[in-house]
Amino acid sequence: MSQALLKIKNLKTSFRIKDDYYAAVDDVSLTVNKNEVLAIVGESGCGKSALAFSIMGLHNRAKIEGNILFKGKDLANASPTEWSKIRGKEMGMIFQDPLTALNPLMIIGDQIGEAIYLHNKNISKEQRKLKVIDLLEKVGIPHPERVYDQFPHELSGGMRQRVVIATAIANQPELLIADEPTTALDVTIQSQILDLMKQLKEDMDAGIIMITHDLGVVAEMADRVAVMYAGQIVEIADVYTLFENPQHPYTRSLLNSVPNNKEASSKLHVIQGIVPSLQFLPRKGCRFSARIPWIDVSAHEENPQLHEIEPGHFVRCSCYKHFHFPEEEVQ
Amino acid sequence: MSILKVKDLKVHFPIKGGIFGRTVDYVKAVDGVSFSIEKGMTYGLVGESGSGKTTTGRAIIGLNKITSGNVLFEGKDITSYRRAKADYYKDVQMIFQDPYSSLNPRKRVLDIVAEPLRNFEKLSRQEEKKRVQELLELVGLSPESILKYPHQFSGGQRQRIGIARAIALKPKLIIADEPVSALDVSVQAQVLNFMQDIQKELDLTYLFISHDLGVIRHMCNRIGIMYKGRYVEEGTTEDIFNNPQHIYTKRLVAAIPDIDPNKRKEHAKFRQEVQREYEQSFNDYFDENGLAYDLQSISDTHLVALPKKG
Repeated sequence: MSQALLKIKNLKTSFRIKDDYYAAVDDVSLTVNKNEVLAIVGESGCGKSALAFSIMGLHNRAKIEGNILFKGKDLANASPTEWSKIRGKEMGMIFQDPLTALNPLMIIGDQIGEAIYLHNKNISKEQRKLKVIDLLEKVGIPHPERVYDQFPHELSGGMRQRVVIATAIANQPELLIADEPTTALDVTIQSQILDLMKQLKEDMDAGIIMITHDLGVVAEMADRVAVMYAGQIVEIADVYTLFENPQHPYTRSLLNSVPNNKEASSKLHVIQGIVPSLQFLPRKGCRFSARIPWIDVSAHEENPQLHEIEPGHFVRCSCYKHFHFPEEEVQ
Repeated sequence: MSILKVKDLKVHFPIKGGIFGRTVDYVKAVDGVSFSIEKGMTYGLVGESGSGKTTTGRAIIGLNKITSGNVLFEGKDITSYRRAKADYYKDVQMIFQDPYSSLNPRKRVLDIVAEPLRNFEKLSRQEEKKRVQELLELVGLSPESILKYPHQFSGGQRQRIGIARAIALKPKLIIADEPVSALDVSVQAQVLNFMQDIQKELDLTYLFISHDLGVIRHMCNRIGIMYKGRYVEEGTTEDIFNNPQHIYTKRLVAAIPDIDPNKRKEHAKFRQEVQREYEQSFNDYFDENGLAYDLQSISDTHLVALPKKG
């Protein structure tokens, strides 16, 4: 087996609320290999962005425990100087909203050029410009010479996101983290951006962590999928298994609540209750149990662990064995 | 009889320029849109950002000034009859996209939901409170929440407060502008189910504006596709999804990600084919300004913007 590009072991990211620390990411372990897309799916507040920010070292007040092994080196408590060498060079990040991710007062060429300059100060200005134009061309921007001198507001949303991607891949990173890269975009633009990311993954042999709440995007892009709920991974499997044979109650509920090809009059599945807030999260027991109250309490584990039910397919808590939707007959 | 009829609606925004701030040009946000909605139906208005779908919705309810064209509600022209408007504002309500910014954070739920009641109906405090509690119960919130503030609710709950406000005056038509795009899938399901329930209960008609074709397909009976302020295709949900005729619609339908990962390759190939066709035949489907032609009917229910023959 090839060596994993990124290996996260028991990562716990906690934020301080009043005098206590509360874990937004709780005991997450996962690996990302080269040339692989790992999708992290979950609703807002499940900790998926907190996880991405931890991997990139972008939290400045959080308490981070556990290990983040990037190419064998532990980054969990790396110093800011160490981080600035890695960030933008070996790891790139694509943000959700291209308008806020770009500086409105800087021309496109300088923004991408800055990313190159920070990690390679010997490169001449002329060379840098050539490289930026090359990058713009690579992400499919027409007339890169003209766009080089333009400001972000002069570009459309799709073009801006391409610029953000160009900045992220400026130094040929080995790991790309994309936080909802297409949420702010129209469907036709979304499909273009996804195709572009697939292409870049192949070209650079990079690993991608894709954070999204859109299951269509997951089905389209991912090789493996991790489903997060309330700070924990509840299920992890390759994409085909996850869509064909989902096990965890949360994954099954989520897949059932997407409107898709069903009759217009049919009801969508609704997950009862709400995502518990960080402070009032039950730290013991199955965190999803409150939202499936029709399942007997004895079906849940005291301290739910991830079980490998088939090679590469992990499910947390044993309640999946007894789970059924309320409208289904109990066997 | 159709409850709402829009005839050749145009909304143009002036572009001011020069030192005297004179109008130099117009942005034609909506340029010649006609459609009608039958009572009890859900009509979907689809398009990408900037296509004019929201402007159309806002113009119908009176939030944007109509440049030309007519809006007929129950046969009455509300664009010219000023006096008809008081009733109109009561009968047509709107649900907004973002439940975080469409509720005043400094008002209690009671005041938010009672505002339309205070404008149109003279109720005593007690009656008003009772009505608001009934409305909250109808949208699945506890009657005790009338004294809470919007920040004490989750996104889905807030959107339901927005819906409670919209149905307070028992409207006939609700314009829902991207009502679920700011919500998570499970919450989205909740709001969509709920909208279908109250539609039956209160005999509502919806104009459902969205860019999410999955949601549109789930909710709507009839769909209109907009591009650059003009219609490119209109038809039943069947027509649009199973038999799209205009290249723009085909491209839009092809761009929806398939939820089955096994069909990924197949789907990507299909999408590329459509994209190629789109690039090659763009000039056949759009005029020299890149705008859609006028609609021509190709069946009883299906209209497509194609150039006139000959």
